Amino acid sequence: MGTTKYSLNNDVKSGSLATEELTLSFGPQHPAAHGVLRLVLQLNGETVVRCTPYVGYLHRGIEKLAEHRNYFQIIPLTDRLDYVSSMTNNIGYCIVVEKLFGIDVPERAKFIRTIAAEMSRILSHLLWLGTHALDIGAMTVFLYCFREREKFIDLFERLCGARLTVSYPRIGGVRNDIGNNWLEDLYKLTEEFPMRIEQYETLIDKNRIWLRRTKGIGVISAEDAINMGLSGPLLRGSGVAYDVRKFMPYSAYDKVKWEVPIGKNGDVYDRYRVRMEEFRQSNSIIRQCIEKISSGPIMAQAPKFILPPKDKVLTDIEHLIHHFVLITKGAQTAHHGEIYVATEVPKGELGFYIVSDGTGKPYRMRIRAPSFVHISALPKLCEGALVADVVANIGSIDIVLGECDR
Amino acid sequence: MTILEIGITFIKVFILVTIVLLHVAYATYCERKVIGHMQARLGPMHVGPHGLLQPIADFVKLFFKEDIIPSNADKPVFFIAPVIGVIAALSSLAVIPLWETFSIANLNIGILYILALSSLGAYSIILAGWASNSKYAFLGGLRASAQVISYEIAIGLSLVGVMMLAGSANLVDIVNAQSMYPFILVQPIAFFVFIMSAIAETNRAPFDLPEAESELVAGYFTEYSGMRFGLFFMAEYVAMFIMSAIATICFLGGWKGPDFWVFSYVPQIVWFLIKVYALIFFYFWIRATLPRYRYDQLMGLGWKLFIPLALANIVITGLVKLF
Repeated sequence: MGTTKYSLNNDVKSGSLATEELTLSFGPQHPAAHGVLRLVLQLNGETVVRCTPYVGYLHRGIEKLAEHRNYFQIIPLTDRLDYVSSMTNNIGYCIVVEKLFGIDVPERAKFIRTIAAEMSRILSHLLWLGTHALDIGAMTVFLYCFREREKFIDLFERLCGARLTVSYPRIGGVRNDIGNNWLEDLYKLTEEFPMRIEQYETLIDKNRIWLRRTKGIGVISAEDAINMGLSGPLLRGSGVAYDVRKFMPYSAYDKVKWEVPIGKNGDVYDRYRVRMEEFRQSNSIIRQCIEKISSGPIMAQAPKFILPPKDKVLTDIEHLIHHFVLITKGAQTAHHGEIYVATEVPKGELGFYIVSDGTGKPYRMRIRAPSFVHISALPKLCEGALVADVVANIGSIDIVLGECDR
Repeated sequence: MTILEIGITFIKVFILVTIVLLHVAYATYCERKVIGHMQARLGPMHVGPHGLLQPIADFVKLFFKEDIIPSNADKPVFFIAPVIGVIAALSSLAVIPLWETFSIANLNIGILYILALSSLGAYSIILAGWASNSKYAFLGGLRASAQVISYEIAIGLSLVGVMMLAGSANLVDIVNAQSMYPFILVQPIAFFVFIMSAIAETNRAPFDLPEAESELVAGYFTEYSGMRFGLFFMAEYVAMFIMSAIATICFLGGWKGPDFWVFSYVPQIVWFLIKVYALIFFYFWIRATLPRYRYDQLMGLGWKLFIPLALANIVITGLVKLF
C-alpha cells in the first residue's frame, strides 16, 4: 500500500478500477509457520491465488557432513533431521548401515527399538496434534498434549539420558539395556494413554467448528498423493494403505498385531483421523512388545564393525587395538556399491541412500526426507483456499523443517 | 445544570473510570488464571502472592516500552486509532446503571447510544489496520470491517425484542420492566443471538478473526507496541465488560436479585456484578474450549443464522404482544 499511485478518476471513467494481487510473505518468522517455513502467498482478497514455498533456512549440510564421518559418528547427525522424533531417524539410519554391513540385530534389541520408535511416533504426533489444534485456534488441546508428551519424554530421559536428541540406537543394536522398572512404568503409561486420546477427541472431534475447519479442506486424491510421492499419514489419509512397517517389516513389526488406519476423502480431517488412530495403534504395539520382549543380548556379535565393550578396552590390549583401529579408520565394509532402505517415521517414509566405496565413511549419503516431499504438495493444497485454510493445511501435512532442509 | 451537579458528575466519572481500569487489570489476571487452570497449568504465579501483582507489572512494562511507529505509516491515523477505541469503550460506561440510582447519564436512548459507540469502536480497528502499513494488519482491519457489518445488525435486532417488551430504550426502564421475571425467560433466542454477536463484536475467541494469531500474527495491532498496544487491550476488556453489562441489564434483570430471606439484604451492585462476571467467565471459558471460525464461515453464521433468528424473534415478540 502507499507505493503505487492509481489515477482513480481515469480508472473510474474507463470502468476498469485497477486491482492488484496482494503478495504476503508468510514466514519464516510467523507464529503458524512451523519452524522456518516461508510461503509467499499471492492473495486476491483472502483467497490464495498462488502459494510458493521457499526452503533452505535451516540447511546445515548434514548429507555433506556425513561424507567426512565414520558410520557410527553419523548417528548424532540424524538426530537433527526430524528433531521432534529423533529416535526413528536413528533407527532408520542404523538399519541401513546394518544392511550394508550384513549385521543381524539380536531379538531383544529389535523389540527395544520397536518400543522406542513407537514412543517417538506418539511424541511426534502429540506435538503435531497440539500445534495443529493451536493453529486452528483450540489452544487447550496444545497444553493437554504437552502434559502427556512430558511423561513420554521423561521415560526417554530415563532410557538414555537425553530428552530430544537421543542417539540411543547403535549400529548392531542399542546403547544400553532397559530395566524392568522402566518397562513397568511405560506399561502403566500406555494403560492411561487411550483415555487421554479420548480427552483430545472430546475437545475437538465432536466440535462443529473443528469439523467445519477441517472437513473438505485441502483434499488430495489417492492418485495425486501417489504421483506427488507423498507417504505416511498424508498418503493413508487419501485412502492408500501403504505403510513401510507393514509392507517391508523391520525391527519387530512383523511380530506384533496392528492395523494400518486409512482415511477416505484425503482432506485435513481424514489426515487428522489417521494420526489419531495411529496413536492407538502405536500404543497397542508398545503394549504387545512389552509383553513379548525376552531377555538376551542387545548388541550384535560382529566385532569387525562394532566397538568392543569399554571395560575390556581399558584392561585388555587386543580390545584396545581393536578399538583404536575402529575409531581411526572406521568400520570398513567389504561392500562396494549402493544401498537404499526406507523406514516409516511419524512424518512418512524416511529413506537413507548410501554409496559405499569400501572405506569407513560413506562416499555419499542422501536422505529422502518425507517433509521435503510433503512441502511440494502445499501449493496444490493451498491454491484457491482461504488464508485460514493455509494454516490448517500446514498443520495437517506435519512438516519439520530440520528434515526438509537437512 | 448547576456547578454542583457538574462536580458530582465529574466525581462519578472519575470513580467509575478508575474502577473499570482496575477491572481491566484484574480481568486480564483472572483470564490468565481461569484459562490456566482449565489447561492444567497454574497461570501467573511469580509476581506477588499467586501472581496477584502481575497486571501491575504488565502495565508498568507496557507504559515504559519503546513506542515504535512503522516507517511509511499514516502517522495521524496511527496515533488516533487506539484513542478512538478507548474513548468509545469508556464513554459507553456513562449510561450503564450499576444499581437503580447510579448511572452517570440516564439517557432515554441508552441502548442506541451503546450500539452507536460500539460501532465507533470498530473504526479504531479498521483505521489501525489501514494506517500501520503492514499487510497482516491490513488484512486484520478488513476482516474487522466485514465482521462489524455482519454483527452490528444482529446485535441491534436482538435487542429490539427487549425494547418491545419493556416499551423503552432506557436501560433503567428495561431493568424495572423485569421485576416479575428476567427477559431471558421470554427472549431466549434474542439472548443467544446477543451473546454470540457480542463475542464477535468484541473480537473474542472463537470469533477473534481480526487478531487471529496463527494466521495474521496479531492482526490489526501487529505493528503497535507499548502503551498504544495497551490501549487496544484496554478497549477490548472494557468492551467485554460493557457487553456483559448490557446482557445483564437486558436479559438477566440487571441489579435485581431474588427478594426473599437474606437475599433481600444483598446490595444491588453485588447482584449486578455477579451476573456480569458470570458472563465474563463464560467468555473466558469458550476461549479455552473452542477453535477459531473461518472468515467466510463467520460471515455465513452472521447473515444466515443470527440475523434471521433475530428477525424471527422480533416477529414472534410482536405477535405475542399484539394478541
